[in-house]
Amino acid sequence: MRPTPINRVFPVLGGIALVAVFTLPLLTHAPNRLLSGRALGIEVFPPVAAALVVSGLLGVILAAVVPRVALVGALITSTAYIWGSGDCAATLAAQHPATARTAFGSGGWLLLACAWLTVAEAGRRVPLITALLAVAPPVVLIAGGWLDELSLLKEWVAKRDLFSDALLRHVRIVVTAFVPTVLLGLPLGVLAQRNEGVRAPLLTALGLIQTIPSIALFGLLIDPLSRLAAAAPWVAELGIRGVGMAPAVIALTLYSLLPVVRNTAEGLAGVPAAAVDAALGMGMTRGQIFRNVEMPLALPVVVSGLRITLVQAVGLAAVASLIGAGGLGALMFQGLFANAGDLILLGAVPILMLAVAVDTVFRLIVRLLQRRVA
Amino acid sequence: MIEFQHVSKRFGPWVAVDDLSLTVGPGEFCVLVGTSGSGKSTTLRMVNRLIEPSAGSIRVAGIPVDRRRPEDLRRHIGYAIQSVGLFPHWTVERNIATVPELLGWPRGRIRDRVTELLDLLRLDPDQVRHKFPHQLSGGQQQRVGVARALAADPAVLLMDEPFGALDPLTRAALQDELARIHHQTGKTILFVTHDMDEALKLGSRIAVMDHGRLLQAGTPRAILTCPANDFVRDFVGSDELGLKLLSIETAETRVRRGEGCDGEPVAASTPLHRALSLMIARGVDRLGVVDPAGVPLGALHLADFALARQ
Repeated sequence: MRPTPINRVFPVLGGIALVAVFTLPLLTHAPNRLLSGRALGIEVFPPVAAALVVSGLLGVILAAVVPRVALVGALITSTAYIWGSGDCAATLAAQHPATARTAFGSGGWLLLACAWLTVAEAGRRVPLITALLAVAPPVVLIAGGWLDELSLLKEWVAKRDLFSDALLRHVRIVVTAFVPTVLLGLPLGVLAQRNEGVRAPLLTALGLIQTIPSIALFGLLIDPLSRLAAAAPWVAELGIRGVGMAPAVIALTLYSLLPVVRNTAEGLAGVPAAAVDAALGMGMTRGQIFRNVEMPLALPVVVSGLRITLVQAVGLAAVASLIGAGGLGALMFQGLFANAGDLILLGAVPILMLAVAVDTVFRLIVRLLQRRVA
Repeated sequence: MIEFQHVSKRFGPWVAVDDLSLTVGPGEFCVLVGTSGSGKSTTLRMVNRLIEPSAGSIRVAGIPVDRRRPEDLRRHIGYAIQSVGLFPHWTVERNIATVPELLGWPRGRIRDRVTELLDLLRLDPDQVRHKFPHQLSGGQQQRVGVARALAADPAVLLMDEPFGALDPLTRAALQDELARIHHQTGKTILFVTHDMDEALKLGSRIAVMDHGRLLQAGTPRAILTCPANDFVRDFVGSDELGLKLLSIETAETRVRRGEGCDGEPVAASTPLHRALSLMIARGVDRLGVVDPAGVPLGALHLADFALARQ
């Protein structure tokens, strides 16, 4: 009989989290949102939550030989930890003034990171179901009011309008940049595949743009756009100015072109030559071949390019707030400059979730497209 | 049906086809045979204007090909290639329907035609119709490829080493199918291969090419018995000449009619080299021959093999 292969990922993640639970602070409690708090360990958790956290982690470690328990163990651990934290925060809130804040500690973040990495690894084959399983418990806990006294939730309630605006704005920046990216990127990709002479210089140029630090590129656009707006009033009337949306969208587009152009060219190059030859020999026009044969066959690779581009843009849009474009990055930097950790998280966590959501959805689309071709 | 008149094709300094003249009559099965780089594929691809000749003219059904729009010309000429080139994202039905759809046939007619063609290629329409190419075996894929080439019922069929990538058994089966289809439909076929045995088995006429030149065109018998030069002689393979000569004749041509014979009979269409092989394997010097309906025709004698045909 063949010995069962031992999974090394799960015990490592479970082990790290288990050590973190007993050596690092799981929660911090501070008199207000700007002061750093004192560390609290697992002993302050309700006994049931503590037991579930530890047994869930033991399950993850056990997954070395029984991989099936990894997903369940990780979900139990993360859910028990979040629920326990909310419960502790409520208890502490009853004993302290309203300005006091209870937040996740470093050990807690590490625990969550390990748990979610385990979930992602264990559920790789069913990304959508996995994502829903990971997101559902926190959403239910938040909706049920169990986490109301946690610092991050308090911050969210306090900044609710600001947060909604920032989120919408963030999405708008990404979507606005996505339109020119597709409109320019697809034709350039086709051109790069058809024309050897264009491909190398184009990809080199787009690759060079990627190496410019994003803050520098945003900054570099301020001056020419200001001059343009000053010189041509009708440009300014369109809302194009040195700061704000315009430079952000232009810079994001420049960064986003490379994955789209490269993947479009690669996808088209990967179309079987025999299929194109047959299509030509049977009397399809160039346009018909492109629409009926080349594009459908290249689509999974092209959409993969769009996925890379969008995930990258969600992250880069955060930096765009530095030139006044707004978005979740604005919350993040506001928190950074005010030394308010919760505000940083209020910007950063949704950016992360947005990126993961885009990634999951597009991976799913690619998989559906591939099913037709494979 | 297809006429090449002093056709040449140069790619830069390289002469791929050199002053080739060849006429393929209606209903003929003409096989272009030669080594790789001999210009046979280039010759074939000039017929449907996938490649434009540098000099000379090509006519299909009497009309110079450059008088017609390439797409229009190609839709009226069947085309099948070695790697099949089925569209992996389309079902078998849609693949076969490619040209009829380009020609704007009504849906019902296309459906019926697909059924008819799958039957002709001995594929079960109900089973195969909605499958994707990757769900079929290599032989089935090439059957679909041939069906697709026949879809719009073109008078002329171009086939560029269509069975080159198949295993020997599948290959032989498809050669038999193609011979049968040619017999049934009377299409004019221009077929490219580097395999002389395939050429002898299928062709009613064989054109041997080397370095872009047409060395000899003639019936299989003429190519075998009167090779135009040493290259043709070597290419044909002179050491097994006798067996090859037998391979292009059927049992029917040497049967002594009316004679009875014991043992399991062979079909009248059996090539003589197979009949000889069977005699040696069975240790007999006579074989019974039956017609397609199974009615005894007569007997085949070992002694008659060596005699020239009357």
